[in-house]
Amino acid sequence: MKKDIILAGVGGQGILSIASVIGYAAVDAGLFLKQAEVHGMSQRGGAVQSNLRLSDKEIASDLIPGGKADMILSVEPMESLRYLPVLSPDGWLITNTRIYNNISNYPDEKKLMDEINKLPHHIALDADKMAKDLGSPRSMNIVMLGAASCFLDIEYKRFENAVTNIFKRKGEDIINKNLMALKAGKDFAENAINI
Amino acid sequence: MQKLVLLGDEAVAQGALDAGLSGIYAYPGTPSTEITEYVQRSKQARKKNVFCEWAVNEKTAMESALGMSYAGKRAMVCMKHVGLNVAADPFMNSAITGANGGIIVVSADDPSMHSSQNEQDSRFYGKFSMLPMLEPSNQQEAYDMISYGFDFSEKYHIPVLLRMTTRLCHSRAGVKRSEKERKQNELSLPEDLRQFVLLPALARKRYKTLLKNQDIFEKESKNSPFNKYIDGKDKNLGIITSGIGYNYLMENYADRKCPYPVIKISQYPLPSNMFKKIAAQCNELLFIEEGFPFIEDIIKGILPKGLRIRGRMDGSIPKDGELNPNIVANALGISVTKGKPIPELVVNRPPSLCPGCPHFDSFTALNEALKGYSKGRVFSDIGCYTLSALPPLESINSCVDMGASVTMAKGAADAGMLPSVAAIGDSTFAHSGMTGLLYAVNDKTPITVLILDNLTTGMTGGQRSAATGKIENICLGLGVEKEHIRTINPLKNHHKENVRIMKEEIEYNGLSVIVARRECIVELNKRMKAKKR
Repeated sequence: MKKDIILAGVGGQGILSIASVIGYAAVDAGLFLKQAEVHGMSQRGGAVQSNLRLSDKEIASDLIPGGKADMILSVEPMESLRYLPVLSPDGWLITNTRIYNNISNYPDEKKLMDEINKLPHHIALDADKMAKDLGSPRSMNIVMLGAASCFLDIEYKRFENAVTNIFKRKGEDIINKNLMALKAGKDFAENAINI
Repeated sequence: MQKLVLLGDEAVAQGALDAGLSGIYAYPGTPSTEITEYVQRSKQARKKNVFCEWAVNEKTAMESALGMSYAGKRAMVCMKHVGLNVAADPFMNSAITGANGGIIVVSADDPSMHSSQNEQDSRFYGKFSMLPMLEPSNQQEAYDMISYGFDFSEKYHIPVLLRMTTRLCHSRAGVKRSEKERKQNELSLPEDLRQFVLLPALARKRYKTLLKNQDIFEKESKNSPFNKYIDGKDKNLGIITSGIGYNYLMENYADRKCPYPVIKISQYPLPSNMFKKIAAQCNELLFIEEGFPFIEDIIKGILPKGLRIRGRMDGSIPKDGELNPNIVANALGISVTKGKPIPELVVNRPPSLCPGCPHFDSFTALNEALKGYSKGRVFSDIGCYTLSALPPLESINSCVDMGASVTMAKGAADAGMLPSVAAIGDSTFAHSGMTGLLYAVNDKTPITVLILDNLTTGMTGGQRSAATGKIENICLGLGVEKEHIRTINPLKNHHKENVRIMKEEIEYNGLSVIVARRECIVELNKRMKAKKR
């Protein structure tokens, strides 16, 4: 088993918290993991990504080779497209549709969605709205993670355990809201694939 | 013991804690910052009373570590690659003094300049100083090398340089801890109380010892568990890798079965016999190094003529930037996989000042205060505020090294460029701006120094700033006139007043300091969030 994932977003959107949940679930499942992050200057509102690699064998490189990623998981639609050169032809692009517009030349939103819709394997969801509807706007990341969870060959309950553990200190209410967010993302992705 | 999932930086920190560390000395700098932060958060460190407060700069860090070593305890110094330039004086001389308690100097390089102004390769400092050097290829080695490095340091009474690179510093993997936690050393003075006295007559003797030890260090490299000669059937090519270059090579072969002989270097000085062996066996050599062609350049000289050598120097691998699996595949003639190109509509998203950042208001005011003058008068420094070089602010005209804003403004003013303005952050001011300010005060140079005091070291994630609460007094002490030390609050609704004060001080024919003080917005938000809990 091997899963190479590009996590994408804008500095400050919290892609690293997605990485830590997947990382927790992967280690729990006895997998090897390597996860390269971006710290420092780009975290100030710039494009950020993380290379997350999971495998049942030891992993050599911290970076995913071009065209080999099994998934791009992005919390921002334009950022999802930035890493297409790394995505394998069979890979999935899973993205939030809510734009993060902190630049003056942000592309036309409709054209952006057209580009995403052109891809043979993609799932696009308004995770911000879904999280807000659940009464937990800050759980956008976990909705996205839920959508990715069905592609990762890791039992769903391990993700639930990981979420429970990572939000342990924040109390029962926050844990439950995030578990609901996880489920909402998962349900959306499963529906999307079945159609 | 169970495996921990750690960043390369954190593996270094945990390795040090388990190896009996007594103090960590550092100034924050990407990609090295997380080493010290890990120790600061660690319960284990607290329980064992490990010293872990931030230093004022890398030089003071290196010297304090040397003091701890003198007293017999194990010390680690951490910095980014350009920080080693700042610490170069004590670092170079520490090779002559040697160590008493173990010292490891960690220098984290930033190939591709993700967060730096150059991509210098710290291994040259290793060779320059003649200190033994370690270069981990993965997180586990980073952990293991600390205990090994401290033992080495104490065995030969010599500091050890550990070279890291961004990709390893900031990548996580499972790390197995050693079964035993080593106790800290007891206080003990060096056997020779003149060991650290580098009077010429004494230094000459110690230098001879360092020279004599080079052969022993090389023998250690030859027998090092971290250096490997891995034979391969196909002798058409021999491959030399160092640090994480090894991983990118192996990524290109299923189950790590590379058909060619491979040398993996993680400990220096270079074991020359390994290179002689691979040169005798192979028709061609390929050097895969994260950083400059350091080994390639050294080894080239000792290899037989006529042997084809490939690497960064002949362009088989690009001369600049960090490696990745594809660059290495290209050099090996392996076809590279590629996904779809980036759609044209995707535009760059460069980093920018955070919404609500005090620097934004400071520079908006400065831009307006300087409106009447020709452009190009603002010298700046290293920090978040360097981003004000980019649109929409486009306020600053230089960023060279820590503290250079003040001294470059002085030089430009000496040349007759008036007004000249320096813009420097509070932490950078404490690091290296104060001496330059004293210099300008003594010469009565008519510059305006804008100190952007956000009460923290912002760019690296909000570490303690050494000058907090002291800036006006420091300036007074250095001799800046009291009436020309002005403090402003960089907020939109103070804009008019701030512009007026800046104009007054820019017009003043003497040295003035304007302290623009407002808390970093990220730190403020963090504090508010913590309060709510």
